[in-house]
Amino acid sequence: MIYLSLFISFIQVGMFSFGGGYAAMPLIQQQVVEVHKWLTMSQFTDLITISAMTPGPIAVNSATFVGIRIAGFWGAVIATFGCILPSCFIVSVLAFIYRKYKNASEFGNVMSCLRPVVVALIASAGISILQTALFSENSVKLSNMDIINGVIFVTALIILRKFKCNPILIMSLCGVAGLCANLLAGAI
Amino acid sequence: MENEKPAKKRLLWQLFLSTLYISAFTFGGGYVIITFMKRKFVDGLHWISNKEMLDYAALAQSAPGAVAVNAAILVGYDICGFTGMIVAILGTILPPLIILSVISLFYSAFASNLYVALVLKGMQAGVAAVIFDVVLSLGIDAIKEKSILSDAIMIIAFFAACFLNINVIFIILAAAFIGVMKAIIYNKREAKR
Repeated sequence: MIYLSLFISFIQVGMFSFGGGYAAMPLIQQQVVEVHKWLTMSQFTDLITISAMTPGPIAVNSATFVGIRIAGFWGAVIATFGCILPSCFIVSVLAFIYRKYKNASEFGNVMSCLRPVVVALIASAGISILQTALFSENSVKLSNMDIINGVIFVTALIILRKFKCNPILIMSLCGVAGLCANLLAGAI
Repeated sequence: MENEKPAKKRLLWQLFLSTLYISAFTFGGGYVIITFMKRKFVDGLHWISNKEMLDYAALAQSAPGAVAVNAAILVGYDICGFTGMIVAILGTILPPLIILSVISLFYSAFASNLYVALVLKGMQAGVAAVIFDVVLSLGIDAIKEKSILSDAIMIIAFFAACFLNINVIFIILAAAFIGVMKAIIYNKREAKR
């Protein structure tokens, strides 16, 4: 039952991703790449690239993308539904509790322990993506490194840190730089 | 009650269109969508107060799930109860559902093209840079809090996820458990005073 396993996978993504944005990434990677092998790491990295360039939350974008590739349009709908279902329950309950105990410290204490985990998990997922970008699949050796992408990565990171410019612009420029550099390298 | 019906219908329609519009035009995820919601629902339509919006932003970020969906649930529920919630969710998820469906249809043809593949490859390096930029900002903020517990959690969680390949869900549950323990200890100390 492909619909059921899509649904259960994305319920887990919706239930355990805290912090929004890239925080959902490690969970999606685990479900989609490692557990079910619906996408390869390289396809997953493309998915993150596409998600970052299109509107909408990464989790919903991934649910749609994976769902439609695995089980067509209804796969997309079911995966997306699974992904938002935990939010519907948890957030309505939270809203109710929040109105009652607005100033409770328990909430803050639990959150203060979850936030550093989110940072660590994003870092870990970032490393997988960097691996895919710099090395051909499954072989992390210095001799295998894609030097063009290495230079693009370092330059982009420095520009982002120094000038705080629009990440979508930077990503597009990276794409253009990758195309030009590879074509030039091929010509030589 | 009869008189309220058309008004409520119009309110729901407006809520749907607003969330649809916000979702279709916000690139860059949850934190961005909250600023757009504030502009629309607080400054534009005056449906909710500024303070409520900030509270909703905090709640949406601390609850699991996509921040944009969580915020839509809170705002929709505030404006029009349960129906409002459903309408706001639909408005928020329809644009990504449609856009990504279209893209995924093209993806296979797209990715097998040599030039597109080269562009995507370069963009992968760009995405890695964007993610590390986010990690550095969040990490520096976390370290600035000067809490040994949170630094320790961050380092242990990183090793557990990156080198030991421990299931992400267990790592989150373990941290939540530590948080609950911390809250209990904190409450006992307060009670002693």
